[in-house]
Amino acid sequence: MTFPGGRRALTAVAALILLVAGSLVWAFWPSGPPVRGQDVAIPVVDGPADDQHVTLDATFFPPPSGGKAPAVLLAHGFGGSKQSVRDEAVRLAGQGYAVLTWSARGFGRSTGEIALNSPDYEVKDVRQLVDWLARRPEVRLDRAGDPRVGIAGGSYGGAIALMAAAYDSRIDAIAPEITWNDLADALFPDAGGKGPMNGVFKKMWAGIFFSSGGNGLSTGDGESGLAALAGAAGSSGASDPGVADTGTTGTGSDTGSGSESRGAGTASGSGTGTPPDVQQALTPQQVQCGRFLPEICAMYQTVAATGRATPEALDLLRRSSPVSVAGKIRIPTLLIQGQRDSLFPLGQADANARQIAATGAPVEVAWISGGHDGGDGEPDWVFDRTASWFDRWLKNPSGAAPAGSDVFAVSRDGGRDPGTRRPTVVHAAADAYPGISGATTQTVKLSGPDQQVANPPGGSPASISSVPGFGGLLGGGSSSSGVSVDVPGQAAAFESAPVAEPARVTGSATVQIKVYGTGDAALFAKLYDSSGGPIAVLPDSLVAPFRVTASEAGTPVTVTLPAIDHTFDAGHRLRLVITTTDLGYSTPAEPSVHRIGLASPDLKLPVDPGLITPATGPAWWTWAMPLAAVLIAAALVLTRRARPAKAGSRPDLAEVPLVITGLGKRYSNGEKAVDDLSFRVEKGQVLGLLGPNGAGKTTTMRMLMGLILPDEGEIRIFGHPVVPGAPVLSRLGSFVEGPGFLPHLSGRANLELYWEATGRPPGDAHLDEALEIAGLGGALERAVRTYSQGMRQRLAIAQAMLGLPDLLVLDEPTNGLDPPQIAEMRKVLKAYAERGRTVIVSSHLLGEVEQTCSHVVVMHRGRLVSQGPVEALLGASVAANGSGPRLEDVFLDLIGESR
Amino acid sequence: MTAPVANAQGFAPGYAPSKTLPLRVEIVRQFRRRRTLAMFGLLLALPWVLVVAFQFGPNTNNGNSVRLSDLATAGGLNFAAFALSVSASFLLVVAVALFCGDTVASEASWSSLRYLLAAPIPRDRLLRQKLIVALGYSAAAVTVLPLMALAAGTLAFGWHDIRVPGTGEIISATDALPKFALVIGYALVSQLVVASLAFLLSVSVDSPLGAVGGAVGLVIVSSILQAVEALGSVREFLPTFWNTAWLDALSPQPDYSGMIKGVSISVTYSAILIAFAFRRFRRKDVVS
Repeated sequence: MTFPGGRRALTAVAALILLVAGSLVWAFWPSGPPVRGQDVAIPVVDGPADDQHVTLDATFFPPPSGGKAPAVLLAHGFGGSKQSVRDEAVRLAGQGYAVLTWSARGFGRSTGEIALNSPDYEVKDVRQLVDWLARRPEVRLDRAGDPRVGIAGGSYGGAIALMAAAYDSRIDAIAPEITWNDLADALFPDAGGKGPMNGVFKKMWAGIFFSSGGNGLSTGDGESGLAALAGAAGSSGASDPGVADTGTTGTGSDTGSGSESRGAGTASGSGTGTPPDVQQALTPQQVQCGRFLPEICAMYQTVAATGRATPEALDLLRRSSPVSVAGKIRIPTLLIQGQRDSLFPLGQADANARQIAATGAPVEVAWISGGHDGGDGEPDWVFDRTASWFDRWLKNPSGAAPAGSDVFAVSRDGGRDPGTRRPTVVHAAADAYPGISGATTQTVKLSGPDQQVANPPGGSPASISSVPGFGGLLGGGSSSSGVSVDVPGQAAAFESAPVAEPARVTGSATVQIKVYGTGDAALFAKLYDSSGGPIAVLPDSLVAPFRVTASEAGTPVTVTLPAIDHTFDAGHRLRLVITTTDLGYSTPAEPSVHRIGLASPDLKLPVDPGLITPATGPAWWTWAMPLAAVLIAAALVLTRRARPAKAGSRPDLAEVPLVITGLGKRYSNGEKAVDDLSFRVEKGQVLGLLGPNGAGKTTTMRMLMGLILPDEGEIRIFGHPVVPGAPVLSRLGSFVEGPGFLPHLSGRANLELYWEATGRPPGDAHLDEALEIAGLGGALERAVRTYSQGMRQRLAIAQAMLGLPDLLVLDEPTNGLDPPQIAEMRKVLKAYAERGRTVIVSSHLLGEVEQTCSHVVVMHRGRLVSQGPVEALLGASVAANGSGPRLEDVFLDLIGESR
Repeated sequence: MTAPVANAQGFAPGYAPSKTLPLRVEIVRQFRRRRTLAMFGLLLALPWVLVVAFQFGPNTNNGNSVRLSDLATAGGLNFAAFALSVSASFLLVVAVALFCGDTVASEASWSSLRYLLAAPIPRDRLLRQKLIVALGYSAAAVTVLPLMALAAGTLAFGWHDIRVPGTGEIISATDALPKFALVIGYALVSQLVVASLAFLLSVSVDSPLGAVGGAVGLVIVSSILQAVEALGSVREFLPTFWNTAWLDALSPQPDYSGMIKGVSISVTYSAILIAFAFRRFRRKDVVS
């Protein structure tokens, strides 16, 4: 016995329990012990004469698992504070490290002034932080006073990692990210190779750099740049680049949970604990220089005013640069640099890599897709890479490379995620780092006539490549395309023929050009990818600035183009464009005109065939899931096939139209609709199925048609058991519980289509006879929805008679018919049975049954009450009052109702 | 009249289960319905409505714009891609849900289902024939819209090479046409989930509106969940997640991985839903 409703409820309850249990398990799944940061103020002494006392605001995250663990110093980016790297520190501590984050001098709540990672200041601070770590019981020591320690950080924090590694031999491994090798070269680049003295001033980045470390005045215009700088501070910052410690209260003691808010521009200006509302009281010196050391401030103001480097400025910048400590960094170094980075381009990391590798120390390089110009900073990948680097060199002294770690990794465009429509990144890997000049070179010929380019007075309007601090806005999300504008008249273009095969450039291309004319010219070289469409792509929005003294004979310059990782697809052209201006750089104010031509048509492209992009084949489930689904589907369909007939056909009953034995059917609530019903109908009978409403007549007829399945017992038509769709039903014509027609079709079309649906030959339909019985006349061609109840009724009876079935079952056939039609129907049914066929009519109209039927079956509450010929039934009940027997009396007697 | 002679299996003369409910009959039964005609009328008229809308609006296309909607007037192919992209997420869903959700449920509501089953049309066969016809109508709906858009767009904006959204690159029309066929094919497959869910609901409930609405509701819920980024990669397994993946086929470097995943998800859901439909209908008590 089944309860469809009960089973459904059971399934729902089971699903609900599973869901609740699942979420509880998820919510209470044991996670590692929580990481707790301890805020500490670490006093340090630094300065050239070791006489300056500074208090560094730091947070120490002991390893939550306890015991002695290797330590990691996590440094923040420019304009940030220890809060910018908090999330990353917590994650790293959770992986079994003792992590110390601190706000560098001049940032956050630390005191002191910014000295740009100077060996006299910040480097000395870090040495004392290492001393501090060596005294902590949670930190593993290599020997007394020498902790096992690594440093990681981005941008400003990356540089301090490199600088500290050079000055403190106790540091065991570093992972600097998007940082510089030579700050002088980064701010005064010269792609012509003549050094920073000849370089073009990167005025916008420099301005943002200095103002963000500066003062409250930079709040507005420096904000976006700050976000980029602070965001570069580490993976956690990159994931939420706008968040940095405001540090505006300065006096707060609860720094560990210090408030974070957007607008890092207000950081600083308050190192002395000055509330922000009295910032007007700052001295002019403070307003101008903020928290910078005065000598750095003065240097910046000199070079920014002229746009040219001075030897003193270069000296100062170089002292803060790893280039000044070449050969002194001898520890394992992981260099992560950004491809979308016009501040510290890939060349800076390349210089660091060459410099450190020359000492024999292991160096690995990764080019991520983001950078200071925005784009995808890949915080998760950077974190994992950094953590595995420290795992390898701090936790595991053998330094064995873990599986999946590659010496050189490049983030490449992995296409768009079709679901999120966002760019995805794949990591190409090589087992050697070839440098930005490439493992091999490929030459592409450029062509183009000599072209005149004008430098506009005042350097405006300027071409646009990337706008510092706004890179993320202009570049969209894509890693390789940005908006790039060249001003007509200021640009010379040289183009290659369409490349026959895709050219994958990894590194800096070089080209030789000649500059004709007189005087100095600041020029900018860009290498576009032109597909023939209206917009050419400037890979990573990078330009190569260079300064050249032109001559009438033509000054030859070998221009090193920006280092990129980009594929020029087959059919695309490489277009070299030389412009006289770029928004991000300081260009001569005097107007001038120069002529530019190619000294050699060869454009040398660095390629690295060792870089293998992992195949991004379809995930395993793309084929496994449909396969499994088809198997499940097959199982679902095959396991519950229609119940086979319990017994085969009974040839002995082949001439008996209907035998019902022990039939039973329950409602879903368990109440019996039909209970142990047995009767037999012989050929030529017109059987009346009689009973009050709810007696089970219709349920029996539905079972007779195979529409509902009996719970017990069986029905045989001409000896064949009735199951849903049993072929013997083709000998049954039925009309049960009202007509069923397609309302939009005409009566005739309904009957024709019904007959066609049975698949039997049209000639067997006897359509005309059936239509005659229906007697619809002209209405036959109208849509059924226009019919009256009686017309539908007659049409339905006609449909039941289509094909002249051997057994005709009619449920309340005279409902809705008028008296003449009822009389006509009686004749039709009697005539039908006389031809050797059998008719079963259900009715609650006693007179109807009395006049039409030869036999009668009386049902009440699902049970058989009486059966037999109408005459016998009448004869058996001789009325007590002596009058002739009436079926109504007999019926009421039978069902036990009082008169 | 002659008395029919039944054979040993009790078949009426001329009756064969495999001949019941021929596809032609089911197609005719469904075709003359008002909702069928109205839906096709709408799908055929929509491209022309769009053409008129684009003609009226100010021409803001400066030649550098790279959005699909701005490129719609760049040519017939562009217009057809645009028409498909704006209708795939809802209009075609409704059309498919209508054809597949209505097919059994409306027979039940007309009471004609019981006469078909008593004819007798074996239940599996009835379901199979109805599924084939419903899917056929759905396929016709998904196909007819972009094809009409292609015709309307070509008449209105000319036959030009396709301009790719994003980069503005040009793909020649001869290269784009096979891709376009692929796109339509993918749009068909991605609607398969809607079709099979509607079909399952159609055999489960007696109200056509419930079946159609249920299937459309699933698409709406799935689209909402899809927007919840916190769900992460779980969203990849939502039935509607890959519905726009066909855009990748039109890029200069076609990327089919999303479409492959979409087909995989679609086939997975459909196979199971349709199996459930058959399993359910086979043993169901037809009481309507």
